Amino acid sequence: MTMTQPKSIDAEGSGVDTAQVAIKSRSYWATVLERLRQDPVTITFGIILALIVLSAIFAPLLAPHDPAAASMIRRLKAIGTPGHLLGTDETGRDMLSRLLYGGRLSLFMGVAPVVNALIIGGILGVLAGFAGGWIGMLIMRTMDVFYAFPSVLLAIAISGALGAGIENAVLSLTIVFIPPIARISESVTTQVRSLDYVEAARASGARTFTIIRAHVLPNVLGPIFIYATSLISVSIILASGLSFLGLGVRPPEAEWGLMLNTLRQAIYVNPYLAALPGVMIFITSLSFNLLSDGLRSAMDIRL
Amino acid sequence: MLEYLIRRLLYFIPISLGVTVLVFGLVHIAPGDPLNAVVGADAPAEVVEKLKKDYGFDKPLPVQYAIWLGRALTGDLGLSVVNNQPVVSALAIAVPNTLMLALTATLIGFLLGAVLGGLAGYFQGTWIDKFATGFGVSGVSIPHYWLGIVLVIIFAVELNVLPATGIGPGGSDGWTFDWAHIRHIILPAITLSVIPCGIITRTVRAAVAEVLSQEFVEALNAKGLTHRRIMLHVIKNAAPTVLAVMGLQLGYLLGGSILVETVFNWPGTGFLLNDAIFRRDIPMLQGTILVLAMFFVVLNLLVDILQTLVDPRMRRS
Repeated sequence: MTMTQPKSIDAEGSGVDTAQVAIKSRSYWATVLERLRQDPVTITFGIILALIVLSAIFAPLLAPHDPAAASMIRRLKAIGTPGHLLGTDETGRDMLSRLLYGGRLSLFMGVAPVVNALIIGGILGVLAGFAGGWIGMLIMRTMDVFYAFPSVLLAIAISGALGAGIENAVLSLTIVFIPPIARISESVTTQVRSLDYVEAARASGARTFTIIRAHVLPNVLGPIFIYATSLISVSIILASGLSFLGLGVRPPEAEWGLMLNTLRQAIYVNPYLAALPGVMIFITSLSFNLLSDGLRSAMDIRL
Repeated sequence: MLEYLIRRLLYFIPISLGVTVLVFGLVHIAPGDPLNAVVGADAPAEVVEKLKKDYGFDKPLPVQYAIWLGRALTGDLGLSVVNNQPVVSALAIAVPNTLMLALTATLIGFLLGAVLGGLAGYFQGTWIDKFATGFGVSGVSIPHYWLGIVLVIIFAVELNVLPATGIGPGGSDGWTFDWAHIRHIILPAITLSVIPCGIITRTVRAAVAEVLSQEFVEALNAKGLTHRRIMLHVIKNAAPTVLAVMGLQLGYLLGGSILVETVFNWPGTGFLLNDAIFRRDIPMLQGTILVLAMFFVVLNLLVDILQTLVDPRMRRS
């Protein structure tokens, strides 16, 4: 699981004054939408992702059974069993219902760390990039230490130290994603800071806060946001991986990674059933990845 | 360039120190008493006090860190609280197994990724390109622990041609080069190779496409060079980037193989780590994480140095 390194950004909309930004940004977003409309892959997987998210949100309405209702007499029923479209798990709970409900925790645990890290890492990175000097140095060197760990190892190490649980898993993944986001934020901010119009704003007496808000943020948020969306796919896999190891969600809660773990003992009885939760993780992660790629090229951002 | 290399070497020191602080701190944010794994909660107070002294848990944290670091530097990572054996001797068995798996996986991933990515970059826009791009994005999106389970289902359960778990026959815990062991590494290595394969496919495709778009390729074309000769130039120019990515991927796999090792009961560091977490074996946890992280740091250093030496454009001074 690798996070790509920053190379350069396309400073779209830079070098124009604020009045022009408003006009330009409208046409910019129109261009982005137009590009997205001509990208069937992004649209298809965007729709798939929307369906997955909606089915997780409306799981209580859609699920045919109670996801926690176990029964010893209908354990490990095959896919296609009448009344249990996708069969039942090792304690007789309805698979379809559990997959629907499982999406709630899996999506939450995949997205929440990236959102947290986007806020914390974004602030740290923009601060480091804008302030430079010893503050920037201190922040970025600290990030480097976290970078010295492969992401999977860091996530498992922190989760392992803190113990199982949803909060601990989200916390550990947040820590994993702060350094890459801080790094990319620092790099784009440093590039924008040295552009002429920021110098001009400073020379004309604008306050630091105003410069950051009006000139730096509008130009760095796009790349930072797009980079963060590309991490969601990794985050989904890692979050479910933690649950798979027994370090995330605790039983009897429904979550795709945990379901994959508990169904492992059933691979000799009903192999295809045991693989189902992983299909969901795969499709979700793939959709996030392709959507992020599509948005990136539509927004013309190079990371 | 020399100055850059020296700076890069010196930078290794604070990073390594930072890593040791983090590894040490990580384990001490753990809730509960580190002695819980050794004695029950109802143990007499004097026994607990004595054990605390024996393990050094009675001293202030900075002192504990200094002692731990001093010992670690001499290769002493303490004793496992579970079986009282040196952590180092457990690692001496596990690290080669993990290395074997990670190296095999990197090799598979590299060969497949380089071929696919190279073809995709050369034949941009064709079906080969589309296939390789799809393959690349699938490789980085697939939950590899699930792929492991799927491969076990296909090749061990349904077809019954390859073993599902372990490193060798009869609970063997070390690698030897014979068919019985090779059969055991096939599934976990393929599973683990998917991540670097996806990333290398993408990297090679981008690198080849970038080199091909440069003016000198056009110049070579104009000079009348054959496709094969041009390809040689392309490979020479794309190689440093690709090699760097491959080196980093090997590092990621060393730390990232824990999930795959769990799926296949592969007796490597990931397996050790998993065990240490659930038995709350603090010295084992610390030692394993430290060794894996240091492998990664050193590998990063080597990749940087090699890249600087190989690529004239990288000789930033």
